[in-house]
Amino acid sequence: MSRADVDLAKSGPPPPSLVARLRDNDLVASFLSSKTTAAAGLIALILIVAGLAAPLIAPTDPFNPAANFLMDSLTPPRFVAGGDPRFLLGTDDQGRDLWSAILYGLRISLMIGAFSVLLGGAIGVALGLIAGYAGGWIDSVVMRIADVQLTFPAILIALLLDGVAHALLQKSNREETAFLVLVVAIGLSFWVQYARTVRGSTLVEKNRDYVQAARLIGLSPARIVVRHILPNVMGPVLVIATINLAIAIITEATLSFLGVGLPATEPSLGTLIRIGQNYLFSGEWWIVAFPSLGLATLVLSVNLLGDWLRDALNPRLK
Amino acid sequence: MIAFVVRRVLASIGVMIAVGLIAFAMFRYVGDPINQMVGVETSVAERAQLREELGLNDPAIVQALRFLARAARFDFGVSYQFKQPVADLIGARMPATLELAFVASILSLAAGIPMGVYSALHRDSALSRLFQALSLIGISLPTFLTGILLITLFSVVLGWLPSFGRGDVVRLGPWWTTGFLTVSGLKSLVMPATTLALFQMTLIMRLVRAEMLEVLRADYIRFARARGLSESAIHFRHALKNTLVPVITIVGLQLGSIVAFSIITETVFAWPGMGQLFLQSIQNVDIPIMAAYLLFIAFMFVTINLVVDILYVSVDPRLRASLHGMHG
Amino acid sequence: MSAALLSVRDLRVEFAARQGPLIALDGVSFDIAPGEVLGVVGESGAGKTLTGLAIIGLLDPPSRIAGGEIRLDGERIDNLSPARMRVLRGRRIGMIFQDPLTSLNPLLRIGDQLTETILTHLSLTRRQARERAIAWLGEVGIPSPAKRIDGYPHEFSGGMRQRVVIALALCAEPALIIADEPTTALDVSVQAQIIAVLKKVTRVHGAAVMLITHDMGVIAEMADRVAVMYAGRIVEIGAIGDVARRPLHPYAMGLMAAIPTLEARAGRLAQIPGTMPRLSAIPRGCAFSPRCPRVFGRCEAERPPLIAVGERRAACWLYDAQAAPAAARAENSR
Repeated sequence: MSRADVDLAKSGPPPPSLVARLRDNDLVASFLSSKTTAAAGLIALILIVAGLAAPLIAPTDPFNPAANFLMDSLTPPRFVAGGDPRFLLGTDDQGRDLWSAILYGLRISLMIGAFSVLLGGAIGVALGLIAGYAGGWIDSVVMRIADVQLTFPAILIALLLDGVAHALLQKSNREETAFLVLVVAIGLSFWVQYARTVRGSTLVEKNRDYVQAARLIGLSPARIVVRHILPNVMGPVLVIATINLAIAIITEATLSFLGVGLPATEPSLGTLIRIGQNYLFSGEWWIVAFPSLGLATLVLSVNLLGDWLRDALNPRLK
Repeated sequence: MIAFVVRRVLASIGVMIAVGLIAFAMFRYVGDPINQMVGVETSVAERAQLREELGLNDPAIVQALRFLARAARFDFGVSYQFKQPVADLIGARMPATLELAFVASILSLAAGIPMGVYSALHRDSALSRLFQALSLIGISLPTFLTGILLITLFSVVLGWLPSFGRGDVVRLGPWWTTGFLTVSGLKSLVMPATTLALFQMTLIMRLVRAEMLEVLRADYIRFARARGLSESAIHFRHALKNTLVPVITIVGLQLGSIVAFSIITETVFAWPGMGQLFLQSIQNVDIPIMAAYLLFIAFMFVTINLVVDILYVSVDPRLRASLHGMHG
Repeated sequence: MSAALLSVRDLRVEFAARQGPLIALDGVSFDIAPGEVLGVVGESGAGKTLTGLAIIGLLDPPSRIAGGEIRLDGERIDNLSPARMRVLRGRRIGMIFQDPLTSLNPLLRIGDQLTETILTHLSLTRRQARERAIAWLGEVGIPSPAKRIDGYPHEFSGGMRQRVVIALALCAEPALIIADEPTTALDVSVQAQIIAVLKKVTRVHGAAVMLITHDMGVIAEMADRVAVMYAGRIVEIGAIGDVARRPLHPYAMGLMAAIPTLEARAGRLAQIPGTMPRLSAIPRGCAFSPRCPRVFGRCEAERPPLIAVGERRAACWLYDAQAAPAAARAENSR
């Protein structure tokens, strides 16, 4: 340890880090004690693994049009009359095996969700730290922009950004750029929450002894912010991130359902449901039912986890 | 107080102008307006002439101001797809969206607040747990999924309610059409309004519950108990009032988002409202409609925020006092 | 001797915790006579507030009364149903809390909060209740009560608010008031005024007071008798003059010695070494034994009961004729 770090340690310990608190008995005990939470955690884990491993476990590749069974389109699931043993959950209007499509859909939903949360989180945390630490006009500008953006619901912002992005990129590339546009649009619609929370925490931490000590020693602001303040404001960020993951997944599904998200050639769960709704009245119920079930389960379990995390990390409820 | 209101109004106008400039930027610089408006056969010379006529060669500032001035008069130009004035298109569809939003708002408040209060006061009852479970589902299920679920149950399986459209509407005055006055109109409203309200309802319920639990822990509630006040007096005279004040703000803001979420509901139920129009404009890159919708939404939110701010200050005596203290 | 107004016998209060119930109050016993002021003094965490809450029936789960009896005018009140307990509160027992700012509902006018309390307990018309409320405000020393009655809590200063709180607690004329740290949240300059108001009003209306505080100065101003609490038990109880000037229990001695006085020579402030034990780690025998300068064998083995020493009582083996005969004889002969 450098001399500076040693001196820092002497000026009093910063609040216990997130990892230390996670190792605390109470948290693990509360996770295991609630059956719903443990079940939710397990289910979420299964879904995440299934989604990520989709290329390995799916019988067919639904994103490859050549692999579609056009002749067998609209086949019911295997366990229903008229079903085909090749297609566990039936096929859709393009002849895609629904089981594979759901797996790949899970995968892409999770990926978009994760990346957009990371993007939004990175931007939000960075801006929050800067605004909180630097103060002054930087703070005002960032917070003003945040306030204006906050008057609109995130989904509207995502929708608008999506539309503008596609307009700027010209229609012909819509399908190739869909993934990127979605991540950026959803991510940008979320940064505000992170920024606000982190800014608040930064303002609090800024005045604590260990930060004052670091400044006296002459550490650069960047070093102070990244190495000392950042770890201590991460707690609430994690909670927001979990909640946001569920929202990001829902937002992507919604945008795809509305037709401005992932196209039918690379369907996510939302796209599949959109396609399925057209066949609801004509009897091919499975195209809507199974993706819906998958989406609902995913979001529900992520939400339950987020709820548990928020309650567990809330110091006031202890 | 007046000074406060004036300041807030000015701030709102400021936001509107900022949004207006963004809308203008979209309008003018995303894609080429001329190319969107004319067919492929139009010659270059004709395009240049059109450009001149529309004032597209003027300095940006002039164009911006012209745009803002026109917007203030509800003139948003002509739609690329439909070749009709945007204002007319939006106007024709506004009643559908507003009626839907109105019913959904009322529903979410009328159901959400009592459920929230009940589950705060009777924390461990079976009904509370049911509400909790429902709220989790309400928050987890995306709006469109709820809609599809309702359609499956009430249209496909039971056949009770229509699954698309507004039913028969009655024209009131030169501009407004209402679905409230016909049976099919009302029937058509049920599922979309419920779908739209569900998310808000669960949000309100959770908020009211959390806020009320917080309030019930306060010292003044304990002191009220120590004075022997009855439970109903404590719950409804003291706790409820204090709960609803912060809830007003959030509820007000949420009500605005109902109009935004109507985009989804209108798509699921093929409801002929503004949301659907906006969605089509996004798919077809119809910039004038996008810009106009943006302005409309901004206006609505800004107005709602303003009203909520003023309401909040007039309801909480502490804020009123601090305002008076700010004179001079 | 007149019958006690409040009689507490062997009160036990427990907290349910993950590892098993923690005993927060362990066999607390005392009496309060009508109109008497009993001070209850001790460090934070000694159990003073819990005793008050237990008496008025406002213990929140996970705490609960696990044993003992509380009697008001001879009748048991610790085992009443919530509905019947509510009838008592305000009308026969009142309680005031530490922070006057948070004790008052910020959204309701003072007058409304007063009339509401009065009307809950006394059958009067609205007008009569309002007049009573104005009278009460006058009694606690609020200037221009008829005008200020329609004010909101934030329009009053800290001292004024606490006066309103006192009025609120007394307006239904209870026989016993439990005052939990009534001056701690106030400026020093205001504290004396509030004590004066409390003293006057309770005397005029004949109310007994259980005055909970960690501030001996407040006790000295107002109390007739004082009980010293430590780790959930009463360690000494007696007349204020006796306990303050010649404390019996070593802890009480330490407390009195720790109070700096203006006349004493400047030097190190006296301290009692160590800290009060946590609820999960209360020693066997006497709870004070690890810190006691006069500890001996029996102290760590067996818990001392309250032993009578003349008119006073102390929970210390020093005063047991068999355990420490010399000390006991010395004390009794004084």
